[in-house]
Amino acid sequence: MSATHNHPAPAPLGGPLVTPVTITLAILVAIAFVILGIRFVLGIGAVTNVSDGYPFGIWIAYDVVIGSAFACGGYSLALLVYIFNKGEYHPMVRPALLASMFGYTLAGASVIFDLGRYWNTWHIFWPGYAQVNSVMFEVAVCITAYIVVMMIEFSPAFLEKFGFKDIHKKLNKVLFLIIALGVLLPSMHQSSLGSLIVVFGNQIHPLWQTIMLPLLFLMTAVMIGFAIVIFESCLSSSGFKRPLELHLLTGLSRLMTGLLAAYLVVRVGDLAVRGALGFMFEPSIEAFMFWVEMGLFAAPLVLLWQPAARQKPARLFVAAFCLLFAGFFLRINAFLVGYETGAGWHYFPAVPEIMVSVGLIALEILGYIVLVRYLPILPKEEQI
Amino acid sequence: MSEKKIESSENIVMLENRLGISRRSFLQLCAAMAATMGLPPGADAAIAAAVASKKRPSVIWLHFQECTGCTESLLRAEHPTLEKLILDVISLDYHETLFAAAGHQVEAARRLAMKENKGKYLLVVEGAIPTKDKGIYCKIGGQTAIDMLKECAADAAAVVAIGSCSSWGGMPSTGPNPTGSSSASEVLGKVIPNIPGCPPNPYNFLSTVVHFLTFGKLPEVDHLGRPKFAYSRLIHENCERRAHFDAGRFAMEFGDEGHRKGYCLYKLGCKGPETYANCPSILFGDVGNASWPVGTGHPCIGCTEKGIGFTKPIHALADLKNVVPPLGFPRIVEEQGSGATIASVAVVAAAAGAAVGAAAAMAKNLGQVTVPPPEKSDKTEGKTKTERAEP
Repeated sequence: MSATHNHPAPAPLGGPLVTPVTITLAILVAIAFVILGIRFVLGIGAVTNVSDGYPFGIWIAYDVVIGSAFACGGYSLALLVYIFNKGEYHPMVRPALLASMFGYTLAGASVIFDLGRYWNTWHIFWPGYAQVNSVMFEVAVCITAYIVVMMIEFSPAFLEKFGFKDIHKKLNKVLFLIIALGVLLPSMHQSSLGSLIVVFGNQIHPLWQTIMLPLLFLMTAVMIGFAIVIFESCLSSSGFKRPLELHLLTGLSRLMTGLLAAYLVVRVGDLAVRGALGFMFEPSIEAFMFWVEMGLFAAPLVLLWQPAARQKPARLFVAAFCLLFAGFFLRINAFLVGYETGAGWHYFPAVPEIMVSVGLIALEILGYIVLVRYLPILPKEEQI
Repeated sequence: MSEKKIESSENIVMLENRLGISRRSFLQLCAAMAATMGLPPGADAAIAAAVASKKRPSVIWLHFQECTGCTESLLRAEHPTLEKLILDVISLDYHETLFAAAGHQVEAARRLAMKENKGKYLLVVEGAIPTKDKGIYCKIGGQTAIDMLKECAADAAAVVAIGSCSSWGGMPSTGPNPTGSSSASEVLGKVIPNIPGCPPNPYNFLSTVVHFLTFGKLPEVDHLGRPKFAYSRLIHENCERRAHFDAGRFAMEFGDEGHRKGYCLYKLGCKGPETYANCPSILFGDVGNASWPVGTGHPCIGCTEKGIGFTKPIHALADLKNVVPPLGFPRIVEEQGSGATIASVAVVAAAAGAAVGAAAAMAKNLGQVTVPPPEKSDKTEGKTKTERAEP
């Protein structure tokens, strides 16, 4: 598929593992683990602000829904490279896949933190217990399957490192099937995450409650996938002092901008068709958050509209950053801000709750740093 | 026999005249008894036919160490037809409380009835039997309770013990038990059908007797001889306050808020979780809803259960036999969640500020990146993006 393109082979980065950055990240991870320990001993109520009215908080809205969207880099690039046959992006697949695998694994694990009776988690996968008509079931099974698929997709990195050439050869023969699944599965569950909100009916504010939510979530997931690849490329080139793969990022940003324009048309068109445009002018927290969300969606479009602008690393980075936050706010708004379950109910994340989410982000970055130094993931630099 | 045929049958018409009750009330009672015993469809018709026919088996009713509460509960039952019916369907040939006659006259009547109905009469035992010092602590007509019981039981078609005293010793057998009070089955040396309770529910007794009349045998009993239709379930299982138990809502003392609100009485010493009886299902006393001890706000004392009633203190906690409460109970007060606190807002603001600040610093650095990228490639150290040296 990408064999016609000659790219430098991936190689371990090397370098020290103990630095001020990794130590800081490790401390944040440790704090999160202590809080999770308290959660498993004293219950969810001891460390979070969730209640019967708000049965899910940021551990679902951020850790799972946004966490898995931010982990769509692998999905978006696989879609691009293997489905649309854009082989030139192949060197970016492996690092993106690593970040995706981390993100999805932590998103899946976060569900267990949030389950009151976590010891019944296996019921999801047991035919007699599973409720096969549930959107949650679709999401749970699909995400689990995707995590396994990504581990297989990513396994060549391990196999190369430890020299299992036979297995690697055999795996290569069936890898196309795995890759196909790796594109199919996220398409299914990223849209289903939107369906989760659809089933809440009129408990969700009209600015977000629409039958188009599955499409909106899927489009933003693909965009976020491109944005996170740009974002991570900038970070790793800066953090590891590597040259920026600017020609690739420019191409990605062009796709991202086009998709973003289409998204805004669908989003605003949907609001207009439903007659919900007026809600954004009401003096409410929901309307304010809607403007923040839409502003962040519009910003990358403005920043990257001119083709010349897509050559500037700083612009690319800021645009990707804005788009990530736009996707973040779309999901936070749909799941928490726009969710109203009745008079008297309140939710704002508690400090320990936030620290767990922060710790999970730290764990992802820490794992990424450790693995790119240890395994062949980033392409070898040409001048060396 | 279909219900229509029963209604117009001769016997029932005669019974209507004899008892002065409507056929409808009579058939309703038969259906209720069949339902109480959990008998299959059609049993109500069989019961009605059996009761309406004037077989009137002979019944001998013995009283020993007791308070006559069992008899009183049967006679004082408010159900309009019960007292008439029990005197009509059976030939009560010996009953110390109800007899007008007294002394040797009554004893002679008993012996006559036993002789005439040899092997066919039903023997009912009320009260415990003292066994210490050869049973001299309870004598009737000069005969000890032990001898009298053995004499009457010898030729009886069936022996039924009514009340806790004759079923398992009851209150007279409470320690130190100075007279050596024992149950009828202990004296007779075999398990006999018994209807424990202090007093027992009259319908449990009546249903047992009617079963005997209808089918010629007593209903199925458990290993202690108690009819399974009435004593196979713990009171706790069908208790109307059970939901409070499961939710952890308990009355902590008599008259407190939980008690007034009808919460579970377990912590006041209710023995429902270790006592087998159908009290919560059929209630007691025919005065309507909640007319049984727990319904009126008093903990069950476990009167039907040996080793619990009159043995364990009323305030002592029951052993939970088959239902163990959860480790944690849901809150009674539903918390609606708290809004933002200063600390949580500060943490969110700090996280957002760190992200935006780091991104701004990154953008500033990237803004100075020239294309193509710099040759310099010192990859020995990965500092934070903000600490990155200028290219």
